[in-house]
Amino acid sequence: MRLPNLTLPRRPLSMVAIALLCGFALIWSTPLLWMLVASVRHIPYGSTEAASLVPDFKATGEHFADAFAQGDFARWYLNTLIVTLGILMVQLVTITLAGYAFARMEFRGKNLLFYAFLLQLTLAPPILIVPNTLMIVRLGLYDSLPGIMAPYFASAFGVFLMRQTFKTIPRDFEEAAILDGASFTQMIRLLLVPLARPGLIAFSIVSLTSHWNEFLWPLMVTDSPDKMVLTVGLTSFVRSAEQAADWGLVAAATLLVAGPLLIAFALFQRQFVNSFLFTGIK
Amino acid sequence: MAQALTESTILAPRLERPAETRRAQAVVPKRAAFWLLAPSFFLLFLFTYVPILEALMQAVSLEGFGGKRIGYGLGNFHRLFADTAFWTALSNNFVYGLGTVAPSLVLAVVLGVVLQEATRLNAMLRTVIVFPVVLPLVAVATLFAFVLMPGVGLLDYHLAKLGIAATNWLGNPDTALYAIIGLSIWKNAGYYMLFVLAGLQAIAPELHEAAKLDGASAATRFFRITLPLLKPTLAFVLVIAMINVVTQIDHVIVLTGGGPSDSTNILLNYIFQAAHQQGDTGRAAAATVISVAALLSLSVASLKTLERGMHYES
Repeated sequence: MRLPNLTLPRRPLSMVAIALLCGFALIWSTPLLWMLVASVRHIPYGSTEAASLVPDFKATGEHFADAFAQGDFARWYLNTLIVTLGILMVQLVTITLAGYAFARMEFRGKNLLFYAFLLQLTLAPPILIVPNTLMIVRLGLYDSLPGIMAPYFASAFGVFLMRQTFKTIPRDFEEAAILDGASFTQMIRLLLVPLARPGLIAFSIVSLTSHWNEFLWPLMVTDSPDKMVLTVGLTSFVRSAEQAADWGLVAAATLLVAGPLLIAFALFQRQFVNSFLFTGIK
Repeated sequence: MAQALTESTILAPRLERPAETRRAQAVVPKRAAFWLLAPSFFLLFLFTYVPILEALMQAVSLEGFGGKRIGYGLGNFHRLFADTAFWTALSNNFVYGLGTVAPSLVLAVVLGVVLQEATRLNAMLRTVIVFPVVLPLVAVATLFAFVLMPGVGLLDYHLAKLGIAATNWLGNPDTALYAIIGLSIWKNAGYYMLFVLAGLQAIAPELHEAAKLDGASAATRFFRITLPLLKPTLAFVLVIAMINVVTQIDHVIVLTGGGPSDSTNILLNYIFQAAHQQGDTGRAAAATVISVAALLSLSVASLKTLERGMHYES
């Protein structure tokens, strides 16, 4: 016997509600829309129309040309890529190893150690800028790219994430592999790492995003212009723009810094959203 | 708390089948756990544990001329507490926290509820709301430098069309903190909304349908069903939001540097200034110790919430 269908027909949102929502979304997106429009619009000197959102369909590349002329974007992109990918590569190794240990092994002091790891969750390097800078100086890493990267090589949050991920993999798989004569390293490399891929991908997206966007720490531990990352470079435009009122240049430079992530987000929205949810804390 | 964690999550799966476990352990090299944990632990030691201890040591050290330690004492804390700017930073941080967290959470819940159905329009609107989340905070700051520019800026230009006079949002001590608050809401609300959306998905639709059949209005259903069932999600988001309030600082540094007249100076900016611009590492260390203590007590108090929330899957 079929149960009667109790589902009520859903009432569609009223037109007023939809209009309100769209209006809200439009206002919400104005800073970004403005960035897109202003980055390609020519504005005569002294004009007060810099805030207009109406594109005039005569795109100009002058602001991007200025941005490339004034800022060493090639160097900044390269540095940012080295820093974000370098951090990620090391992190993937350290969090996989430690995550596996916490998920599968028994040893004395495990709980205590686990809580000691979790401590780092909330104590992100920005809070510890003062003592961490001292440490970097002492290690001889001041004003170097490894100096920007080093404090992030270990990630409590990544360890936690991998521990959760390994726990979802049935032990039977490992036992079968061992019975088939796999060595310990083979088991990790050929079995567990591929199975843990969703966790690793989720972590990678969050790690890349947060380190691409990082500002205060690279600002603190670098000094010379050739060690600048994108975010630090970008701030040099604001100061000059406020004096020269060259907002097209600021829009173009901001777009150059934020663009890669915005495009990646637009393309891989699902993966981004899932990994944000999967991870919660950056 | 440690006990609960041990029993439920660590020991339980092992106790179920000790035989296989023993067999598996035969292949695992001796001291494997040590070597697997060593790299992470060594790095955490260098960049978390030592720095915390160092901040503590520095905070209780007394320095003579030339930065030489001449003894221990609470001198740095005395100087910190005697500094009115510190108290201003603390109260600003409080206002900033309240002003950002409450509206962002309300916005996140409202938008989440309104946009929860997976229609094409909703998907598009969600994307628009979430875009600021992936922007660097510095880029948000440079955009808002223009948004908030008096007269010609995005806000004033369009407000002028409504007949509202120009305001120097960032230049006026009475409005600057609120401008910073507005920026933070714009940057973070979409992030929190994602969690609300995931939390809403976990609520069984039957609950709403049954309530509807009983004649409950939309408002009643929201307050009696949706909100109570979202509580764990909101608790988790609240913790993240509070951590953000203490650790996000780039926008302040870029836009105001804490000014005008300290009106946007919040704790981390105060530390940054003391260490970087005034070279007073002792006072900076004392302030660091206080914010570390605040963050640690926050995370200890919310450890359970964090653990529950961290493996949200959509």
